[in-house]
Amino acid sequence: MRYLPLTTDDRRQMLHAVGAESIDDLFVDVPEAARLSGPIEGLPMHASEMAVERHMSALARRNLVAGEVPFFLGAGAYRHHVPASVDHLIQRGEYLTAYTPYQPEIAQGTLQMLFEFQTQVARLFGCDVANASMYDGSTACWEAISMAGRVTRRKRAVLSSGLHPHYVSVARTMAKFTGDTLDTAAPELNAMTDGERLLAAINGETSCVVVQYPDILGRIADLSAVAARAHEHGALLIAVVTEPVALGAIKSPGEMGADIVVGEGQSLGVGLQFGGPYVGLFACKDKYVRQMPGRLCGETVDAEGKRGFVLTLSTREQHIRREKATSNICTNSGLCALAFSIHVTLLGEAGLRTLASINHDGAVRAAERLGKVPGVRVVNDSFFNEFVVELPVEARPVVRTLADRGILAGVSLGRLYPGEESLANGLLVAVTETTTADDIDALAEALEEVLA
Amino acid sequence: MSVNASGWRPERPANGGSGAGDATATFSGNRALMLDEALIFEIGTAETTGVDLDASMLDDGRGNRLGGLARTAPIGLPGLSEPETVRHYTRLSRQNYAIDLGLFPLGSCTMKHNPRLNERMARLPGFADIHPLQPVDTVQGALAVINELAFWLIDLTGMHGVAMSPKAGAHGELCGILCIKAALEKRGEGDRKVVLVPESAHGTNPATAAFAGFKVEGIPANANGRVDLEALKARLGPDVAAVMITNPNTCGLFEPDMKAISDAVHAAGGYVYCDGANFNAIVGRVRPGDLGIDAMHINLHKTFSTPHGGGGPGSGPVVLSEALSPFGPLPYTARTADGHIHLIEEERAEEFSNEHFGGKLDSFGRMTAFHGQMGMFTRALTYILSHGADGLRQVAEDAVLNANYVLRQLEGVLEAPFAHSGPCMHEALFSDEGFADGFSTLDVAKGLIDEGYHPMTMYFPLVVHGAMLVEPTETESKAALDAFIGSLRAVAERARAGDAALKAAPVHAPRRRLDETLAARKPILAWKDPAPVAEAAE
Repeated sequence: MRYLPLTTDDRRQMLHAVGAESIDDLFVDVPEAARLSGPIEGLPMHASEMAVERHMSALARRNLVAGEVPFFLGAGAYRHHVPASVDHLIQRGEYLTAYTPYQPEIAQGTLQMLFEFQTQVARLFGCDVANASMYDGSTACWEAISMAGRVTRRKRAVLSSGLHPHYVSVARTMAKFTGDTLDTAAPELNAMTDGERLLAAINGETSCVVVQYPDILGRIADLSAVAARAHEHGALLIAVVTEPVALGAIKSPGEMGADIVVGEGQSLGVGLQFGGPYVGLFACKDKYVRQMPGRLCGETVDAEGKRGFVLTLSTREQHIRREKATSNICTNSGLCALAFSIHVTLLGEAGLRTLASINHDGAVRAAERLGKVPGVRVVNDSFFNEFVVELPVEARPVVRTLADRGILAGVSLGRLYPGEESLANGLLVAVTETTTADDIDALAEALEEVLA
Repeated sequence: MSVNASGWRPERPANGGSGAGDATATFSGNRALMLDEALIFEIGTAETTGVDLDASMLDDGRGNRLGGLARTAPIGLPGLSEPETVRHYTRLSRQNYAIDLGLFPLGSCTMKHNPRLNERMARLPGFADIHPLQPVDTVQGALAVINELAFWLIDLTGMHGVAMSPKAGAHGELCGILCIKAALEKRGEGDRKVVLVPESAHGTNPATAAFAGFKVEGIPANANGRVDLEALKARLGPDVAAVMITNPNTCGLFEPDMKAISDAVHAAGGYVYCDGANFNAIVGRVRPGDLGIDAMHINLHKTFSTPHGGGGPGSGPVVLSEALSPFGPLPYTARTADGHIHLIEEERAEEFSNEHFGGKLDSFGRMTAFHGQMGMFTRALTYILSHGADGLRQVAEDAVLNANYVLRQLEGVLEAPFAHSGPCMHEALFSDEGFADGFSTLDVAKGLIDEGYHPMTMYFPLVVHGAMLVEPTETESKAALDAFIGSLRAVAERARAGDAALKAAPVHAPRRRLDETLAARKPILAWKDPAPVAEAAE
């Protein structure tokens, strides 16, 4: 077996050294009845690299690869071009095969990277501090709601109807067990976000208001009024960003008064990967840092006075606080945070702004083109790189039909909101720098044919 | 999983360090291959970029549709060109210890070799470049990976079902505990509010139970480092929802009474959660399902070697008993007789349950967006197929043999509190007994750094004073173990002898001991640009 270095002779010598007759002597604590006498049934014996590669490649070929067809899916996971050096660097063994930097003297690489990552995320979101990452956007969103509960000592959260329905689902699952109350609603298929509903819902019992920016239908609305109302009532504003590239083009949530900003970092550096692993982003104002979940990296000095970095404020965390911790989270999403950070470093301010402009301009072109398809209406007034078109028929079967023609047309709102008839004709279309003008034409022409 | 609770604060040397007067000092501060690296905020600029974007895709003058919220303020993100970027991250990487460099005996973390075939398979475009919301007909291969891995995890554990979506071990724990809560509520026994957790448990166990709204109480251990069965039985009652037990436990020992514990808990109406962090010790030799366990998470990044990545991403599928399976999270996959693999999300859950499970499924809901850690599933499945039934059994055997070898070879120099009670499983536990006054586990750990090793887990589990938990894993050769044993013995002897120089360790690492107290007292968690130098008054 290629991964196991011990030879038969080593094993014999080592058994002798520990005073065991056979390997079974070392499993003596396992009751007789629970010991398996031989290899587990069903699973084949070990296999060569080539044989395993053949099996896995055959499975991979049964998927329609996004990069091989005109592709317009978004809804919280975006297809961006990831520079070659990102994937090269994250595969260096010193990153790939290291672990949480518990011993800072020999983990300065990971720690300094995390310090840079935290700063990049905080600046992008317009916040003071960010943590070293969470599992993904949806779990970061619940952690933010939970944190707002700790800060305000209240248990009533108001969720915008523009929040990703999976994020709402996750919050609903957790709230069921923690006894939090969530005020939720489904979105309406029009250009207006639910700012008025939020303003009306906030009161003295509200712990937080959660608003996605841009929202699930791609709409962009100013958060300032909601922030002001929340603050008047002692509640926090949580902004959720599922497409961080947008922040190269639009104001940060922090600038508009958000107290906590969370997001999904997949867009930068990580790739689609069928939904995971991704990287949750989590930032907030300085004054709330001790209620934050997750790992934090901080600057300090070593015994010679040289600058160095360590994990810090760990008295918030489960390994010290146990049942009193701010969260049960242990492992974060380190390698994805590294990929995010490298991509952001490669882009820099200028690159991110240009990238954002290319995304937006492409989306504007696509909206104009799709708006000319007979029977199709562009729902959004505002958007970044994703918008909704209303078809004259239910969108879900159309998406399926177009997939058969080799076009991945977008995410039907029927998939995201099953049973919501008012949304069934909506199709969410995302455009990034990877989308060509030909792709847009192909989608428009296919829609013209299918809808004719 | 490890703890550095020491809060150690160094004293600054009188001469201010290795600056002036140090014959080995260099002008740059570097030492040959040991290279310092500035922060991107010190070397990058707002104008520099390492990505050439296609400007022809810009539409100047068309006007934006950003809702009047176009960004006006700078973000403050420095950029680097590609060569600078590659150099920055490569130089930083060389300040990290890693499995690829040597033995990484971090107990309870299972730092084994990460096969590179796994990386290659995860990067096949058919897995890496597909969107989670594509029509299910276009992702049958991806769903097949999830389904196939789920099948083997059930096979290897002898359980009834598996929840694949949890994102890491602690998320898996939460999944298991939520299944238990849902099952209790379904039975009308939602008033069971207590979860029993041994003192030796990972901190995630009590944190998870508390996060889900339970009250946490301890379970006493006996003198052999195992759960005290009689004491546990005495505590069981109508208020106990579950016990959370790690098996093999965090002292590196198998719980021989596990089946009896499970039977007692079940008889009292509770459920048994098993922390599967240490599954590597028994994979292919023992099936948790045969021990009466109701739920156990499997850290794919430990037992099945998806890389640890400097702190994740992990992946924590949870195998479930027949009693808990109906309550597992959405979404899940299911293959029907026609060969089609279904992705069961919120909308079809009830219908599918009625059609195929007699309406018995009653999921507690969704734990994460999308479908779990697909990139980790491809790696874990590759690992399982590479090892096969014989290889996985050998994994457990070699992991246990290596740990026992370390335990016995060091017995003379390090106190092993439970060694008298028999062999250990996959990790060897030592205490700081016998160290000279003023010398601690921390000193031994820092001494090991100078020897070229990542230290063992220290000060965990909490039940042993100055605990040192050594998990060598099965991917170490005998020669590598002998070399490590030699180093650990030498350092331990220095601690016993009270060698003052050990207090200064490490002296050969990129940094000396770091001031963690300062970091916590005056937190600096983000870079702040230096204030611009004021222009001289005219």
